This record gives sequence, structure tokens and C-alpha cells, in this order.
Amino acid sequence: MSDTGYLPKEKIKDFLKELAKDAVVYAPCLEGDIVLFRPFSEERTLCLDRPANTPPKSVIYPQSETLFAFQYKKAPEDHQKMSVELKADIGVPNMVIFGARPCDAKGFRIYDRVFIETNTPDPYYRKRRENTLIVTLSCAAPSPGCFCVAVGGGPAHKEGSDVMMTELEGGYVIEPVTEKGRAILGKHVIEDGKPYLKDAQHVQAKAHDEVRNPFAPDELPKISQSLFNFDGFWEQVVGKCVSCGACTYLCPTCYCFNITDEQGIGSGERVRSWDACMFFHFTLEASGHNPRPTKFQRFKNRVGHKFIYYPEKYEGVIACCGCGRCIRYCPVNVDISEIVNYLKDTHQELHWASSRKEGTQPTVGSTKDE
Amino acid sequence: MSNIKNPYLPELATVLRVIEETPNIKSYHVVFNDPELMKSFRFEPGQVGQLSVFGVGESTFVINSPPTRMEYLQFSVMKAGEVTAAIHNLYPGDQVGIRAPLGNWFPYEQMKGRNILFIGGGIGLAPLRTLILFMLDNRADYKDITIIYGSRTPPDLCYKDELKEWEERSDVNLILTVDNEYPGWNKRTGFVPTVLKEVAPAPDNTVAITCGPPIMIKFVLEGLAQLKFKDEDIITTLEKRMKCGIGICGRCNIGSKYVCKDGPVFSLAQLKEMPDEV
Repeated sequence: MSDTGYLPKEKIKDFLKELAKDAVVYAPCLEGDIVLFRPFSEERTLCLDRPANTPPKSVIYPQSETLFAFQYKKAPEDHQKMSVELKADIGVPNMVIFGARPCDAKGFRIYDRVFIETNTPDPYYRKRRENTLIVTLSCAAPSPGCFCVAVGGGPAHKEGSDVMMTELEGGYVIEPVTEKGRAILGKHVIEDGKPYLKDAQHVQAKAHDEVRNPFAPDELPKISQSLFNFDGFWEQVVGKCVSCGACTYLCPTCYCFNITDEQGIGSGERVRSWDACMFFHFTLEASGHNPRPTKFQRFKNRVGHKFIYYPEKYEGVIACCGCGRCIRYCPVNVDISEIVNYLKDTHQELHWASSRKEGTQPTVGSTKDE
Repeated sequence: MSNIKNPYLPELATVLRVIEETPNIKSYHVVFNDPELMKSFRFEPGQVGQLSVFGVGESTFVINSPPTRMEYLQFSVMKAGEVTAAIHNLYPGDQVGIRAPLGNWFPYEQMKGRNILFIGGGIGLAPLRTLILFMLDNRADYKDITIIYGSRTPPDLCYKDELKEWEERSDVNLILTVDNEYPGWNKRTGFVPTVLKEVAPAPDNTVAITCGPPIMIKFVLEGLAQLKFKDEDIITTLEKRMKCGIGICGRCNIGSKYVCKDGPVFSLAQLKEMPDEV
């Protein structure tokens, strides 16, 4: 068999069954009218025709997970005294994420640098990441809000994936990306994909051209610091934000978390849960002091983290994969791509600077038409 | 996996002694339960630790005993929130967890041969204490040591026994102040930044290290600038709400810097490069 495989559409369930023999397979499934990654079984309805509403990040980085359990015990020699026992169990089954989109897979690479490629690797994330095979489906057409190409990705971008599938009319062309992914070609339902490779490449190129491009990634280093640090800018562009945090929970690259103790009687667990820098309490200190007390400062931190701070730490890599979920699902239509577009646009900077001088409030987005 | 240290798993430790410093600050002498770890444990002055009360949570405190005195680790805790309230309920023999050392430390090597000016307010003396004791244990390495320390009232001064000791030493210049007149108080009164101006230490070959409430730090920094201290000769140590302590959870960042990992010690020159989110 060549390096490329082909999976006829009618065999997709057989393929998933085969994968499920030695792994838990998470696939995008229809629940009501939304699509979520769920452990796949016969009763579920697979839905591959649009990106899932939530990214598969919770498979590798669960929304809530136990870091360790603790148990208080009476000391045998002195019943006034208690001892404590800690137990950390990082048992993870083999897992497959099937039908992730390239942006979702790229998101895991953003996490890898933070959770694994550090001198204090996170053993929980790392174990899940190592035990998970990521089978990605390239996007045949962009969804509303997508801007993956502008942040260095693309509808068939392979970073973070083990396997890349591309949909043709009768089936899926399967290209292994990593050694781990190559093993998939040995599954018996996979046919030789070489004859279909050209068609797949055509689909990929066509999709690439269709993705909207609010800015080019090489423009981003030109982000205007003076505008970024101007409070009035944030007050204008995120005045409507309701600090609900939905953007962070749906984001394949957001990873802020909280650690809390869940206490039972004499025992309990220390739990890690997703948190969000958009919340007032996130940075609130016991003294009452809050370094980011306003939603403007918090939104600035979120945009700053993705487009300035993370790239500063990791050789220019942008910590946004352009999936567009924060734009599609924001209840008040805040658009991060629009905000970044203002920040790197020198005309906007001049516009803001002049309005500052005159003491008037500019209207965001008005300059281009003037 | 087992060969990799789990950074979230605390080491178990026992409270040896509890010292009531002020009406709302207590110091804790803590030792690891594993005697081998107690022997091998190393840290640098200014590094912090996460102190756990299992069932309540974790909070970050500087290890304020110096690395030159390793019989126990000392943490000083002001009662302010849930975890600190739980810590205030601890007694000798109680079990806690420690994740340490975390973060960076005071650049004491670069301070050798220089005059040292400490400026502290309230509980802000805690991180300075580790460096003060470290320097007193290596006294010959440093030139004049001046300590300006203040609190609201005399009972609010931390480490009263040590203050007495430092006052009596001829190789330490200790200047104490409280905000207002107080019965029995015959030393200076006035806010720390005001006293700094009165004392007016010379900036020549001097490093200033300051810690205290944010409002005090703000005016101390202005005062030091007026006294012509250079930004790189002004060192402070920051406090933030922290969770992971290893630069991941996103809580303590100021721009691209994480106070838990890249800090807590920063020079004013470094702070000026960062967003104004202290």
C-alpha cells in the first residue's frame, strides 16, 4: 500500500469500530442541533459536515479533573493528631480524537509548548496527549467567522494532527502525518488512496483560497503598542462584552485553570478546572486588590496573550488558531479578528491618536469608509 | 511517567511552631515529614512556596527564613481569605503540604560589595527578612545595611524580637516608623515613603529592595526616583493570586511574564517594560 489511504464513506462506522477496539474514540456527534465530541457508539449520530460547536480540547485537557486525593487519618500513637495521605493516579486509556478540524489540532500544539515543552511538564496533560491519536478532517469550505489562514493555519494545516483526512464525494483520502498516524493505514477497511490524492489536494487548495483573510500573519508583529495600551480603544471595541467567558470555554487555545479542594469527611480531592481570564474573580486577591479589575483590561489580556505575550515567549507563534468559535457564539458579537485588525492597522492608529488629541470618541470601524 | 516529578503534588510537612507576630499575622515553622528531603532541600532567598491545607486549598508565601538557617522553613501569613484563615487555625503537629521552591530570587550575588537599603511596610517585611538574615549571615559580603520599616501601629510590626536585635547591632541601621502617634511609642511617626524622604539615603553604590502594600510601593518608588536611584538598582517582589505556581494557569501574568515563575522578584527597570497590571 502507498503512503495514502482511502476510506469509502459507507465504511466509516466499521472504521470507527475498528479504532474503538483498543481505544476510546471521540467523534463529533449530533446532540439536538449541536455537534459535540462524544465517545462514539452505534447509537450516536456522527456529524462531519460542519465543525463541532466545541473543540475536542476536553478530551486531552478535561474541563475538570482530579489532581490527587487526600485522606486524613488519625495517628495511631496519638489520637489528637492526624496524618495525611496523598494519592495521585494518572491512569489514561488510549484515545482517538476522530474528526477534529485542523484548527482544533493546531490548538493542541499551542498547549504542548506550555504543558509539555517546559522544565516543569504537566504530567496529566502529557499522559493524555501521548495516549491520544488525532485524526483530523480537513475543511472543504470555511465556516462563518473562520480565519485560520490569517493566523498561520489553514483548512488542511497538518500541525498537531497524526492523520489528515480529506473528504471526496465517495470517501475520505487519508494522509498520515506522524509515525503514530501511519499505523492507521493498516486497518483493514482502508484502501489504497494514491489514485485519489490529486483530487484531495485540489479540494484542500480550493478551501484554502476561500477562507477569509482579515490580516496576514506576517502583519501581526506590527501590532501598534500605543493603541494596544490605550484604554479608550478597549472601551470602544469591547464595551458590549458581557464577560460571560463563552469565548474562552469554546477556544481551542485557551487554557487558564483554577485549582480547588473538594472536601468530604476526612478526605477529598484537589481538582483542576477550566477558568477564564475574562472573569472578575480570576485575579481578585484576598486583600480586595485586583490587577485587572475592568473587563477592558481582561479582554486586553486575552487578546494580548494570544497575539503578543505568547508569541513573545514562543518564537512568534500566535496562540489563536482562527477557528472562529468565539466569533460565531459570542452573544454580543465581539469579533477578535476585527479587534486584531484594528491593532495592526496604522491608519487606525493615526485615527485613534488624532481623536485622543481632540478629546473626542472615535467610532470604531469608521475610518476605512471615510 | 513515574520518573517525572508531579509539580502539583505537595510534599507533606508538619507545623513545628506557631508565632503570633501581630493581631492578624502568624508565622509558622514547618518541617518536611521526610527527613531526607529536609536535609536535601535547597532554595534561594526570595523564592516562594505554595502552602496547602488539604480540604481548603493552597496559597503562595515567601519562604522568609533564610537558606543559611535550615532547621525549618518559616512562612508568615496574614489572615485575609479562606486559605489564610484555615492556616491561622493550625497548631503545632498539624499536617500541611508544601510545593517549593518556586520562582526566582533576589540577585544577591550582584549586591555584593554594595550598600543595601531595605524599605518594608507591614507584612511586606517577610520577603525582605529572608534576604536580611541571609546578608547578616554573610555580613562581610555587603557594605552598609539600612532598614526602613513601618506599620500602622506598633503592635502591627512583624518580627519584634528580631527588630530589637537589629536595633542593637552596630552593623545595621534600623529605622522604624508607625503611621501615627501611639502610647509608649517614642520613635518616628509617618508613612514609610515620607520617612524615606527624611532619611534620604544616598543612591551611590546602593541597591534598594522594597516590599509592602501596593500604595506604599508606589510612593516609595517615586521617592527613590527623587533620590536619584537608578531603575535597575530598585528591586521589588510582587504578590499575585496564584494557583499552579509553574507558569501555566494564567492567573499571575503581567504581559508575557508570570510572577510565579519569572518573578516574584523584579527590578523597576523590568517592571517598566511590562503592562501596568501590578
